Amino acid sequence: MYDGGKIIVGLVIGLCLLFSPFFFNAGKAAKAPQPVLTAKAKEAKKCVADTAYMRSSHMHLLDDWRQTVVRDGERYMTTSDGKVYYKSLQVTCLECHSNKTKFCDQCHNYLDVQPYCWDCHLVPKESK
Amino acid sequence: MGVDRRQFLKIAGLSTLAGLGGKTAFELLAPGDVEAALPLMKAKRWAMVVDMRRLNEEAMKKLQKACHYAHNVPDFGDPKVEIKWIWAEEFKHAFPDHENEYVPEKVAHEKVLLLCNHCSNPPCCRVCPTGATWQREDGIVMMDWHRCIGCRFCMAGCPYGSRSFNWGDPRKAPKALNPDFPTNPEFPTRSKGVVEKCTFCDERLAKGLLPACVEAADKIGKDLLIFGDLADPDSNVRQALGKHFTIRRKPELGTSPNIYYIV
Repeated sequence: MYDGGKIIVGLVIGLCLLFSPFFFNAGKAAKAPQPVLTAKAKEAKKCVADTAYMRSSHMHLLDDWRQTVVRDGERYMTTSDGKVYYKSLQVTCLECHSNKTKFCDQCHNYLDVQPYCWDCHLVPKESK
Repeated sequence: MGVDRRQFLKIAGLSTLAGLGGKTAFELLAPGDVEAALPLMKAKRWAMVVDMRRLNEEAMKKLQKACHYAHNVPDFGDPKVEIKWIWAEEFKHAFPDHENEYVPEKVAHEKVLLLCNHCSNPPCCRVCPTGATWQREDGIVMMDWHRCIGCRFCMAGCPYGSRSFNWGDPRKAPKALNPDFPTNPEFPTRSKGVVEKCTFCDERLAKGLLPACVEAADKIGKDLLIFGDLADPDSNVRQALGKHFTIRRKPELGTSPNIYYIV
Protein backbone atom coordinates (compact mmCIF):
# COMPACT_ATOMS: atom_id res chain seq x y z
CA MET A 1 0.00 0.00 0.00
CA TYR A 2 1.46 3.33 -1.02
CA ASP A 3 1.24 6.09 1.58
CA GLY A 4 -0.42 3.61 3.96
CA GLY A 5 0.27 5.73 7.03
CA LYS A 6 -1.38 8.83 5.55
CA ILE A 7 -4.41 6.86 4.39
CA ILE A 8 -4.92 5.26 7.78
CA VAL A 9 -4.54 8.59 9.58
CA GLY A 10 -6.99 10.13 7.13
CA LEU A 11 -9.43 7.30 7.67
CA VAL A 12 -9.19 7.64 11.45
CA ILE A 13 -9.74 11.40 11.28
CA GLY A 14 -12.63 10.87 8.90
CA LEU A 15 -14.27 8.28 11.15
CA CYS A 16 -13.74 10.52 14.17
CA LEU A 17 -15.48 13.37 12.37
CA LEU A 18 -18.28 11.08 11.28
CA PHE A 19 -18.98 9.82 14.77
CA SER A 20 -18.19 13.02 16.65
CA PRO A 21 -21.84 14.08 16.95
CA PHE A 22 -22.67 10.79 18.62
CA PHE A 23 -19.66 11.09 20.87
CA PHE A 24 -20.36 14.66 21.96
CA ASN A 25 -24.08 14.16 22.47
CA ALA A 26 -23.88 10.81 24.21
CA GLY A 27 -26.09 10.70 27.30
CA LYS A 28 -27.59 14.09 26.54
CA ALA A 29 -30.81 12.90 24.87
CA ALA A 30 -33.67 15.31 25.45
CA LYS A 31 -36.13 13.77 27.86
CA ALA A 32 -39.49 12.87 26.40
CA PRO A 33 -41.96 15.41 27.72
CA GLN A 34 -44.86 14.22 29.81
CA PRO A 35 -48.29 15.48 28.83
CA VAL A 36 -49.64 17.79 31.52
CA LEU A 37 -53.19 17.16 32.71
CA THR A 38 -55.47 20.04 33.56
CA ALA A 39 -57.35 20.01 36.84
CA LYS A 40 -60.49 19.07 34.98
CA ALA A 41 -58.82 16.15 33.23
CA LYS A 42 -57.33 14.93 36.51
CA GLU A 43 -60.69 15.08 38.19
CA ALA A 44 -62.36 13.06 35.43
CA LYS A 45 -59.70 10.36 35.95
CA LYS A 46 -60.80 8.49 32.84
CA CYS A 47 -60.66 9.57 29.22
CA VAL A 48 -62.89 8.07 26.53
CA ALA A 49 -60.61 5.02 26.56
CA ASP A 50 -57.91 3.84 28.96
CA THR A 51 -54.71 5.81 29.27
CA ALA A 52 -52.41 3.32 27.58
CA TYR A 53 -54.64 3.16 24.53
CA MET A 54 -55.04 6.92 24.39
CA ARG A 55 -51.30 7.39 24.65
CA SER A 56 -50.43 4.98 21.88
CA SER A 57 -53.45 5.23 19.58
CA HIS A 58 -55.25 8.55 20.06
CA MET A 59 -54.54 9.38 16.42
CA HIS A 60 -56.39 6.28 15.28
CA LEU A 61 -59.29 7.10 17.56
CA LEU A 62 -59.44 10.65 16.19
CA ASP A 63 -59.20 9.37 12.62
CA ASP A 64 -62.05 6.97 13.33
CA TRP A 65 -64.05 9.82 14.84
CA ARG A 66 -63.64 12.08 11.86
CA GLN A 67 -64.64 9.24 9.57
CA THR A 68 -67.72 8.14 11.50
CA VAL A 69 -68.84 11.65 12.44
CA VAL A 70 -68.53 13.29 9.06
CA ARG A 71 -69.18 10.37 6.72
CA ASP A 72 -71.65 8.28 8.73
CA GLY A 73 -73.23 10.98 10.89
CA GLU A 74 -72.55 9.03 14.10
CA ARG A 75 -71.77 11.80 16.50
CA TYR A 76 -71.95 10.00 19.82
CA MET A 77 -69.88 7.22 21.30
CA THR A 78 -70.46 5.07 24.36
CA THR A 79 -67.42 4.11 26.41
CA SER A 80 -66.91 0.72 27.99
CA ASP A 81 -68.29 2.02 31.28
CA GLY A 82 -71.42 3.37 29.64
CA LYS A 83 -70.70 7.08 29.38
CA VAL A 84 -71.85 8.86 26.24
CA TYR A 85 -69.53 11.35 24.58
CA TYR A 86 -70.05 13.79 21.73
CA LYS A 87 -67.30 12.87 19.29
CA SER A 88 -65.44 16.08 18.70
CA LEU A 89 -61.79 17.00 18.96
CA GLN A 90 -62.59 20.68 19.23
CA VAL A 91 -65.49 20.44 21.66
CA THR A 92 -65.02 17.27 23.70
CA CYS A 93 -61.26 16.59 23.80
CA LEU A 94 -60.24 20.19 24.24
CA GLU A 95 -62.88 20.81 26.87
CA CYS A 96 -60.89 18.73 29.35
CA HIS A 97 -57.48 19.05 27.75
CA SER A 98 -57.72 22.78 27.32
CA ASN A 99 -53.95 23.15 27.64
CA LYS A 100 -53.02 22.30 24.07
CA THR A 101 -49.42 23.52 24.32
CA LYS A 102 -48.67 21.34 27.31
CA PHE A 103 -50.88 18.42 26.39
CA CYS A 104 -50.55 18.08 22.61
CA ASP A 105 -47.79 20.26 21.20
CA GLN A 106 -44.99 19.29 23.59
CA CYS A 107 -45.00 15.67 22.51
CA HIS A 108 -45.75 16.39 18.88
CA ASN A 109 -42.77 18.74 18.75
CA TYR A 110 -40.54 16.21 20.46
CA LEU A 111 -41.51 13.55 17.94
CA ASP A 112 -41.55 16.05 15.07
CA VAL A 113 -45.08 15.23 13.97
CA GLN A 114 -47.16 18.04 12.54
CA PRO A 115 -50.82 17.11 12.65
CA TYR A 116 -52.82 19.52 10.49
CA CYS A 117 -55.92 19.29 12.70
CA TRP A 118 -55.45 22.88 13.81
CA ASP A 119 -55.51 24.33 10.30
CA CYS A 120 -59.29 24.18 10.66
CA HIS A 121 -60.16 23.09 14.19
CA LEU A 122 -60.08 25.91 16.66
CA VAL A 123 -58.03 25.87 19.81
CA PRO A 124 -59.57 27.37 22.93
CA LYS A 125 -57.74 30.29 24.49
CA GLU A 126 -55.40 28.92 27.12
CA SER A 127 -55.53 30.28 30.62
CA LYS A 128 -52.41 29.94 32.66
CA MET B 1 -93.49 -35.27 48.80
CA GLY B 2 -91.01 -33.77 46.37
CA VAL B 3 -91.75 -31.77 43.25
CA ASP B 4 -93.34 -33.76 40.49
CA ARG B 5 -92.61 -33.28 36.82
CA ARG B 6 -95.58 -31.00 36.19
CA GLN B 7 -94.73 -28.69 39.09
CA PHE B 8 -91.10 -28.63 38.04
CA LEU B 9 -92.02 -27.51 34.53
CA LYS B 10 -94.29 -24.76 35.91
CA ILE B 11 -91.57 -23.43 38.18
CA ALA B 12 -89.00 -23.63 35.40
CA GLY B 13 -91.29 -21.76 32.99
CA LEU B 14 -92.08 -19.05 35.50
CA SER B 15 -88.47 -18.51 36.42
CA THR B 16 -87.54 -18.27 32.75
CA LEU B 17 -90.21 -15.60 32.28
CA ALA B 18 -89.00 -13.74 35.35
CA GLY B 19 -85.45 -14.04 34.08
CA LEU B 20 -86.34 -12.67 30.67
CA GLY B 21 -88.36 -9.82 32.14
CA GLY B 22 -85.59 -9.06 34.57
CA LYS B 23 -83.03 -9.01 31.80
CA THR B 24 -84.94 -6.56 29.64
CA ALA B 25 -85.49 -4.26 32.56
CA PHE B 26 -81.82 -4.52 33.39
CA GLU B 27 -80.83 -3.74 29.82
CA LEU B 28 -83.13 -0.75 29.66
CA LEU B 29 -81.64 0.71 32.79
CA ALA B 30 -78.08 -0.24 31.99
CA PRO B 31 -75.88 2.71 31.19
CA GLY B 32 -74.70 2.78 27.60
CA ASP B 33 -78.02 1.86 26.07
CA VAL B 34 -79.02 5.43 25.56
CA GLU B 35 -79.08 5.51 21.77
CA ALA B 36 -82.83 6.22 21.87
CA ALA B 37 -82.32 9.08 24.31
CA LEU B 38 -79.86 10.93 22.05
CA PRO B 39 -81.20 14.27 20.88
CA LEU B 40 -81.01 13.49 17.17
CA MET B 41 -83.24 14.93 14.49
CA LYS B 42 -83.89 12.33 11.85
CA ALA B 43 -85.69 12.35 8.52
CA LYS B 44 -85.79 10.50 5.23
CA ARG B 45 -85.45 13.62 3.11
CA TRP B 46 -84.80 17.02 4.60
CA ALA B 47 -86.34 19.92 2.72
CA MET B 48 -87.12 23.59 3.25
CA VAL B 49 -89.95 25.86 2.25
CA VAL B 50 -89.11 29.57 2.02
CA ASP B 51 -92.01 31.98 2.31
CA MET B 52 -90.81 34.75 -0.01
CA ARG B 53 -93.98 36.81 0.49
CA ARG B 54 -92.94 37.70 4.01
CA LEU B 55 -89.15 37.86 3.70
CA ASN B 56 -87.56 41.24 3.11
CA GLU B 57 -83.95 42.10 2.54
CA GLU B 58 -83.35 43.09 6.12
CA ALA B 59 -84.65 39.74 7.37
CA MET B 60 -82.50 37.90 4.85
CA LYS B 61 -79.43 39.75 6.10
CA LYS B 62 -80.27 38.60 9.61
CA LEU B 63 -80.60 35.00 8.48
CA GLN B 64 -77.30 35.17 6.63
CA LYS B 65 -75.65 36.60 9.68
CA ALA B 66 -77.03 33.82 11.89
CA CYS B 67 -75.73 31.18 9.49
CA HIS B 68 -72.33 32.70 8.88
CA TYR B 69 -71.92 33.35 12.58
CA ALA B 70 -72.67 29.72 13.41
CA HIS B 71 -70.25 28.38 10.81
CA ASN B 72 -67.33 30.79 11.05
CA VAL B 73 -67.84 32.09 7.52
CA PRO B 74 -65.58 35.12 7.09
CA ASP B 75 -66.32 38.28 5.12
CA PHE B 76 -63.45 39.07 2.77
CA GLY B 77 -65.11 42.26 1.57
CA ASP B 78 -64.50 41.31 -2.07
CA PRO B 79 -67.18 39.60 -4.20
CA LYS B 80 -64.47 37.80 -6.16
CA VAL B 81 -63.39 35.75 -3.15
CA GLU B 82 -66.72 35.87 -1.35
CA ILE B 83 -67.77 32.88 0.73
CA LYS B 84 -71.48 32.38 1.17
CA TRP B 85 -73.65 29.63 2.56
CA ILE B 86 -76.91 31.53 2.38
CA TRP B 87 -77.45 34.79 0.53
CA ALA B 88 -79.90 37.10 -1.23
CA GLU B 89 -80.11 37.44 -5.00
CA GLU B 90 -82.37 39.21 -7.45
CA PHE B 91 -85.39 37.30 -8.73
CA LYS B 92 -84.27 37.35 -12.37
CA HIS B 93 -80.97 35.75 -11.40
CA ALA B 94 -82.44 33.26 -8.98
CA PHE B 95 -85.24 32.20 -11.32
CA PRO B 96 -84.04 33.00 -14.87
CA ASP B 97 -86.60 30.56 -16.27
CA HIS B 98 -89.47 32.39 -14.56
CA GLU B 99 -88.36 35.79 -15.70
CA ASN B 100 -90.85 37.96 -17.54
CA GLU B 101 -91.01 41.63 -18.29
CA TYR B 102 -94.24 42.25 -16.44
CA VAL B 103 -93.77 40.48 -13.11
CA PRO B 104 -95.10 42.53 -10.20
CA GLU B 105 -92.80 45.31 -9.03
CA LYS B 106 -92.35 43.67 -5.64
CA VAL B 107 -91.17 40.37 -7.14
CA ALA B 108 -88.90 42.05 -9.68
CA HIS B 109 -87.04 44.14 -7.15
CA GLU B 110 -87.15 42.18 -3.92
CA LYS B 111 -84.39 39.67 -3.51
CA VAL B 112 -84.71 35.93 -3.05
CA LEU B 113 -83.08 33.90 -0.27
CA LEU B 114 -80.74 31.32 -1.74
CA LEU B 115 -78.80 28.44 -0.29
CA CYS B 116 -77.70 24.94 -1.27
CA ASN B 117 -80.74 23.14 -2.68
CA HIS B 118 -79.67 19.75 -1.31
CA CYS B 119 -80.81 18.26 -4.61
CA SER B 120 -82.15 14.73 -4.76
CA ASN B 121 -79.98 14.24 -7.83
CA PRO B 122 -76.95 16.39 -7.01
CA PRO B 123 -74.57 17.02 -9.92
CA CYS B 124 -71.82 18.18 -7.53
CA CYS B 125 -71.59 14.71 -5.99
CA ARG B 126 -71.32 13.06 -9.39
CA VAL B 127 -68.31 15.11 -10.39
CA CYS B 128 -66.38 15.09 -7.10
CA PRO B 129 -63.27 12.97 -7.72
CA THR B 130 -62.50 12.26 -4.05
CA GLY B 131 -65.93 11.66 -2.57
CA ALA B 132 -65.52 14.77 -0.47
CA THR B 133 -69.09 15.74 -1.24
CA TRP B 134 -71.82 13.15 -1.21
CA GLN B 135 -75.46 12.67 -0.42
CA ARG B 136 -76.38 11.35 2.99
CA GLU B 137 -79.25 8.95 3.48
CA ASP B 138 -81.42 11.76 4.81
CA GLY B 139 -80.85 13.74 1.61
CA ILE B 140 -78.34 16.24 2.94
CA VAL B 141 -75.59 16.97 0.42
CA MET B 142 -72.64 16.87 2.80
CA MET B 143 -69.10 18.19 2.59
CA ASP B 144 -66.09 16.43 4.07
CA TRP B 145 -63.48 19.16 4.29
CA HIS B 146 -60.88 16.59 5.30
CA ARG B 147 -61.11 15.10 1.83
CA CYS B 148 -61.64 18.12 -0.40
CA ILE B 149 -58.68 18.73 -2.68
CA GLY B 150 -60.02 22.01 -4.03
CA CYS B 151 -60.41 20.97 -7.67
CA ARG B 152 -63.69 22.95 -7.88
CA PHE B 153 -65.42 20.45 -10.18
CA CYS B 154 -68.40 20.66 -7.82
CA MET B 155 -68.57 24.42 -8.29
CA ALA B 156 -68.68 23.89 -12.05
CA GLY B 157 -71.28 21.16 -11.59
CA CYS B 158 -73.62 23.12 -9.32
CA PRO B 159 -76.14 25.08 -11.41
CA TYR B 160 -77.09 27.24 -8.40
CA GLY B 161 -73.75 28.78 -7.41
CA SER B 162 -74.16 27.34 -3.94
CA ARG B 163 -70.52 26.57 -3.44
CA SER B 164 -67.66 28.87 -2.49
CA PHE B 165 -63.94 28.32 -2.73
CA ASN B 166 -61.47 29.41 -0.09
CA TRP B 167 -58.96 31.41 -2.12
CA GLY B 168 -57.19 32.33 1.07
CA ASP B 169 -56.97 31.22 4.68
CA PRO B 170 -60.29 32.23 6.28
CA ARG B 171 -58.42 33.09 9.47
CA LYS B 172 -56.56 35.76 7.54
CA ALA B 173 -59.75 37.55 6.49
CA PRO B 174 -59.56 41.29 7.19
CA LYS B 175 -59.96 41.89 10.92
CA ALA B 176 -61.89 45.10 10.38
CA LEU B 177 -64.72 43.19 8.69
CA ASN B 178 -64.56 40.22 11.05
CA PRO B 179 -63.86 41.66 14.49
CA ASP B 180 -64.89 38.58 16.46
CA PHE B 181 -63.84 35.87 14.00
CA PRO B 182 -63.94 32.89 14.59
CA THR B 183 -67.41 33.47 15.89
CA ASN B 184 -68.42 29.94 16.92
CA PRO B 185 -65.78 28.15 18.99
CA GLU B 186 -67.63 24.86 18.56
CA PHE B 187 -67.34 24.80 14.77
CA PRO B 188 -64.14 24.57 12.74
CA THR B 189 -63.01 27.11 10.19
CA ARG B 190 -61.92 25.86 6.79
CA SER B 191 -58.43 25.99 5.35
CA LYS B 192 -57.19 27.56 2.18
CA GLY B 193 -58.03 25.56 -0.93
CA VAL B 194 -61.26 23.81 0.04
CA VAL B 195 -64.80 24.32 -1.18
CA GLU B 196 -67.57 24.95 1.29
CA LYS B 197 -71.34 25.33 1.35
CA CYS B 198 -74.47 24.92 3.43
CA THR B 199 -74.81 21.49 5.06
CA PHE B 200 -78.35 22.01 6.39
CA CYS B 201 -76.63 22.37 9.78
CA ASP B 202 -75.99 18.65 10.14
CA GLU B 203 -74.05 19.41 13.32
CA ARG B 204 -77.09 21.12 14.84
CA LEU B 205 -79.49 18.38 13.72
CA ALA B 206 -77.27 15.93 15.58
CA LYS B 207 -77.98 17.88 18.74
CA GLY B 208 -81.71 18.10 18.10
CA LEU B 209 -81.58 21.73 16.99
CA LEU B 210 -83.08 23.28 13.88
CA PRO B 211 -80.72 24.80 11.29
CA ALA B 212 -79.36 28.19 12.34
CA CYS B 213 -81.25 30.09 9.61
CA VAL B 214 -84.56 28.43 10.54
CA GLU B 215 -84.02 29.22 14.19
CA ALA B 216 -83.24 32.84 13.34
CA ALA B 217 -86.27 33.02 11.02
CA ASP B 218 -88.57 31.76 13.77
CA LYS B 219 -87.54 34.78 15.81
CA ILE B 220 -88.58 37.12 12.98
CA GLY B 221 -91.87 35.46 12.12
CA LYS B 222 -93.58 32.11 12.36
CA ASP B 223 -93.01 29.74 9.41
CA LEU B 224 -90.85 32.10 7.37
CA LEU B 225 -88.60 29.14 6.77
CA ILE B 226 -90.20 25.73 7.19
CA PHE B 227 -87.79 22.85 7.65
CA GLY B 228 -88.87 19.25 7.77
CA ASP B 229 -89.13 15.80 6.30
CA LEU B 230 -90.37 15.73 2.72
CA ALA B 231 -90.90 11.98 2.85
CA ASP B 232 -93.45 12.24 5.65
CA PRO B 233 -96.90 13.18 4.26
CA ASP B 234 -97.93 14.77 7.57
CA SER B 235 -94.79 16.86 8.01
CA ASN B 236 -94.78 20.64 8.21
CA VAL B 237 -93.12 21.00 4.81
CA ARG B 238 -95.60 18.71 3.09
CA GLN B 239 -98.51 20.59 4.64
CA ALA B 240 -97.06 23.90 3.47
CA LEU B 241 -96.47 22.48 -0.02
CA GLY B 242 -100.04 21.21 -0.13
CA LYS B 243 -101.47 24.55 0.91
CA HIS B 244 -99.42 26.96 -1.20
CA PHE B 245 -98.20 27.08 -4.77
CA THR B 246 -94.41 26.81 -4.72
CA ILE B 247 -91.62 27.02 -7.25
CA ARG B 248 -88.10 25.61 -7.24
CA ARG B 249 -84.95 26.86 -8.89
CA LYS B 250 -84.25 25.42 -12.36
CA PRO B 251 -86.14 22.15 -11.88
CA GLU B 252 -85.88 21.51 -15.62
CA LEU B 253 -82.23 20.56 -15.13
CA GLY B 254 -83.34 17.38 -13.41
CA THR B 255 -81.44 18.01 -10.18
CA SER B 256 -84.66 17.88 -8.16
CA PRO B 257 -83.87 20.66 -5.71
CA ASN B 258 -85.33 20.45 -2.19
CA ILE B 259 -85.75 24.15 -1.43
CA TYR B 260 -89.27 25.32 -2.27
CA TYR B 261 -90.32 28.96 -2.61
CA ILE B 262 -93.78 30.33 -1.89
CA VAL B 263 -93.95 33.42 -4.14
